[in-house]
Amino acid sequence: MIRSEILREIAPILRDQLVVCNIGLPSQELHMIDDQPTNFYMLGTMGLSSSIGLGLALSQDKTVISIDGDGSVLTNLGTLPTIANNVADNYILLIIDNGSYGSTGDQPTYAGMKTSLTAVAKACGCENVVECQDVDTGKVLQAALDSKKMTIIVSKCDSGNIKLPVITKDPVVIRDRFMTAVAS
Amino acid sequence: MSISKKIVDDLVANDVSFITTVPCKQLAGVIEEVEEREEIFHIPANKEDEGMGLCAGAWMGGKRPAIIMQNTAIGVTINTLATLTQFYRMPLPMLISYRGELREPVACQVEMAVHTKALLNQLNIPTYHFHKEADADELDAILKYTFMCNKPVAILTDASFWGGYGDQ
Repeated sequence: MIRSEILREIAPILRDQLVVCNIGLPSQELHMIDDQPTNFYMLGTMGLSSSIGLGLALSQDKTVISIDGDGSVLTNLGTLPTIANNVADNYILLIIDNGSYGSTGDQPTYAGMKTSLTAVAKACGCENVVECQDVDTGKVLQAALDSKKMTIIVSKCDSGNIKLPVITKDPVVIRDRFMTAVAS
Repeated sequence: MSISKKIVDDLVANDVSFITTVPCKQLAGVIEEVEEREEIFHIPANKEDEGMGLCAGAWMGGKRPAIIMQNTAIGVTINTLATLTQFYRMPLPMLISYRGELREPVACQVEMAVHTKALLNQLNIPTYHFHKEADADELDAILKYTFMCNKPVAILTDASFWGGYGDQ
């Protein structure tokens, strides 16, 4: 499966949760598949999806899922020790690991070579780290939600993209709509 | 009252309850004070752009955030300030140690000091410079201003403000 197929499959699980979605194609895909006020789309700032999601989870009680990519986690690798040492049981980090920088033309990342983000997350002190195959992402995500324990999921999938439009919503509108959903 | 305590009192009085920090020798006292306060969730960050991401999430979750960092971090965070904090119009008080000013013992710090105000100016970030201890009397008003206009705001605190570096 490629990332957009995973997002399509887990959309029914995501729609009831607060979701912080990574820059570029992941946000565009989620926006097209199932736009919700509970989705915060990143339009810039590669790497910070996990940090924004953690800050949000630590500041209120609702469950937060950060959707990130292997390339974005690599660009902000310092996020994993911060997550490990500031446990928020309402926080799930879903790393869709296709071993490539999808939004920029599928250049390979080191996560698709020797580097295991699962092992890195564990070494950083994260306690519940689950690596799964693309087809099992929904099942693993639901289990993480049910466990009510902070969980890092690394979903290994294929590299590849679909054609779709950029998000033209104003960032302040996205943010205000999201904050209203958070507070409701 | 110590200046560190006064600064943190002002943060607490303005409901700032989520603070991320990347340490600097000049800021050690204020970071220690942040860590001790029950009203504040203190989350050290490994890099300042990561810290700004945490602050963005905290604010959307209903908490008032702040970041405490060194001026060298302006070089690290320009993209985050422009594409996250400013683009989504979010408030962020930045308490910044202004290294490389008068009484600085480390030459390399001057290299970023000479760019600090120019970069902040280029980013249209409201900037306040604390040089004497009495300058901190404005902190309360600066914090109110930040959360009124939903912008990142820089508070540069130099070595003279902190009383120098002791015996060099």
